[in-house]
Amino acid sequence: MKNIAHRLLKAQDNINTDYIISGRYKFRVQDPHELARHAFEDIEENFYERIKKGDFLVSGENFGCGSSREQAPLALKATGIRAVVAKGFARIFYRNALNLGLYLLECNTNYIDDGNELELDLDKNVLKNKSKGLNIAFKPIPSLAKKILEEGGMVEYFKKHGGLKVEA
Amino acid sequence: MKQTIAEKILSNHANKHLRAGEIAICQVDFCFGQDGTSSLIIENFKKLGVDRLFDSTKFSMFIDHSAPSPNIGVSTIHKLMRDFTKKYSVRLHDIGCGICHQLMVEDGVMTSGDLILGADSHTSTYGALNVFSTGVGSTDLAITIASGKNWFKVPETIKIIVNGKLPPCVYSKDIILHIIKDVTSKGANYMALEFYGGTIAHLSLSSRFTMANMSVEMGAKCGIFEADKKVLNWVKERSKRKPNPVTADEDATYKDVKEYDVGTLVPQVSIPHEVDNVVSVEEVEAQHIDQAFIGTCTNGRLEDLEVAAKILKNNKVHPGVKLIIGPASRGVFLSAVKKGYIDTFVEAGGVVLSPGCGPCVGTHNGVLADGENAVSTANRNFKGRMGNPNANIFLASPATVAASAISGKISDPRAFSRRLKR
Repeated sequence: MKNIAHRLLKAQDNINTDYIISGRYKFRVQDPHELARHAFEDIEENFYERIKKGDFLVSGENFGCGSSREQAPLALKATGIRAVVAKGFARIFYRNALNLGLYLLECNTNYIDDGNELELDLDKNVLKNKSKGLNIAFKPIPSLAKKILEEGGMVEYFKKHGGLKVEA
Repeated sequence: MKQTIAEKILSNHANKHLRAGEIAICQVDFCFGQDGTSSLIIENFKKLGVDRLFDSTKFSMFIDHSAPSPNIGVSTIHKLMRDFTKKYSVRLHDIGCGICHQLMVEDGVMTSGDLILGADSHTSTYGALNVFSTGVGSTDLAITIASGKNWFKVPETIKIIVNGKLPPCVYSKDIILHIIKDVTSKGANYMALEFYGGTIAHLSLSSRFTMANMSVEMGAKCGIFEADKKVLNWVKERSKRKPNPVTADEDATYKDVKEYDVGTLVPQVSIPHEVDNVVSVEEVEAQHIDQAFIGTCTNGRLEDLEVAAKILKNNKVHPGVKLIIGPASRGVFLSAVKKGYIDTFVEAGGVVLSPGCGPCVGTHNGVLADGENAVSTANRNFKGRMGNPNANIFLASPATVAASAISGKISDPRAFSRRLKR
C-alpha cells in the first residue's frame, strides 16, 4: 500500500493546536476517533476523509504552536497518520506528540508536495520521497525521545521503567 | 561555567550543573491542571497504574476554562475533576474561583526560584515572580503528579531589555505585542526569555504577568524576570516558603540580546489571525467591532479593570457592541466591586461574568457569530479561537478595548489620556 503525503491546502506555517482541534470539541468530546473527524475543521475541508492509515501529514514552520491541549496530537494520531513531517515543531506539541507515541519528523519539507508517495526509514533518519526519487534527511530524534516513541509513548515507558529512570 | 536564570533554576532542581541543550530530570515544586486538560491527566494517571500521588499538596486543579458548565460534556469533565480531587485529597478551585494563572500567583503556592508545571500553555505567567514555569500537556502532568518530577531540555535564552518611559495610555500589553511582532510567533521556540531594563523595573507585577503570560506566543518555554523588591514582597506576603531568588551570571551565554526603547511606543493591536500580526492602533482605527472583551489571564487583573473603568465611567457602550468583562479571580472581582468598577461597567451597559476564562477559548460566554469582529484583551486571535472560524479577533490593551467599546470601532485610548493620567 502506498503511503501518501498530505499537505494542508490553505496554510503551511504556524499551524496552531486550535486549528488541529478546535476548543469547541476538546471540552466536549473524549473519544480520540471522534476528535479525529474534526481535525483541521476550521481551516480545511474533509481532512479526515483524505487520510488513510500510514499516510503522512506535511507542513511548514512552527507546527503545533499555541495551546497545550494534548487532544491535538491525540486527534492526529487517531486519524491514522504515521508521522507529522514539518520544518519545525512548537515545544509543547512536540512533547505531547512524543508522550503519545506520535512520530514528528523535522526536515526541509519543500521537497514534498501534496500527494507524493513517502516511505520512512527510521534507522537511517531518512524520508524517501518516492514520487520524486529524493531521500530527505530528517533531524535525528534525541535518544530519550526515541526510546519513548519506540515504547509507544510516555505512559508505556513510565510503566515499563517504573518511572522516569533514564539519564539522557 | 556561567549560567542564565533558566539554566540555574533547572540545575537547582536536578542537583547538577546544567547548560543549554542538556536533558535532565528535575524535581517539580508544584503543578496543576485545568478543565480543558484534566480529563486526560486523570485518564493518563490511571493508565500509569500508580494509585497514589507523589505529593497531593503539590498539585491542584482549576475549573476555569468553561465554567460554569455550558453543556453535558463539560459537566461530565467537571464532575470527573471533583471526584478525582476528593479521592486523592487534592485542592480543587471550582467554578467562580477564577483563572488558574491568577489563582496560582495569588495563592502562595510558589516562591522565587521555583520550578512549576501547568497543563496550560500560559503557565509561563509566573516567570514574573522569578519562577521557571512552563506549560505541558496532560501526559507530562500525569507523570509529574505520579513521580514529582519530569524531564527537561535546558533551553537557550534570549535576553530582552526594555528601556524608556512609557507614554500615557500605553501599557505592558502594548510592549509585549510590540516584542512579539519583532520576535515572531516562532522566534523563541523552545527558548527561555529573560526580561530586563528600566521600563520593566517601573512596571507593577500585574503588568509583568501580562508580559510573562504572552512569552509563549513567541514559542518561549518561559519568560523570566529578576526578583526585585516588588517580586520579593509579593511572594513573601503570600508564601510561607523562603524565596530563592535567581540571577543570571554576568557572562552567561545568550542566544540573542534584543533591546527595545518604548519611549515613543503607541498602543498596539494584533490583527487576525496570528498573534505576531501586530500594527499600531492608528492603522486599524476605523475597524468596526461587534464585541469587546476585557479579562483573561493576560489582562483580567484589578489594574486592568481600573483602566477600563476610568474610560467607561459616565460613558455608554456603543449600541452595536457587546461589552463583556471577566475578572481574573474572585479576589479581583471583590476588589472591583468595592472600588465601584463593577457598577461602572454595568451602568455603561457591559456584562460582567463570574471569574474565569470567559469567551477566550470559545466554549461559552460570548461565542461570536459569522462575520463578527471582537476586540479582546486576551492572548490569542487564532481563527476560531472564540468559537467561530468565520469571526475575527483583534488583541489589545484594556484601555484600547474599553475605548473601542464606546465608539463601536477600534479606537485609540489616548483620546482618554486625561482620565488615564498615571
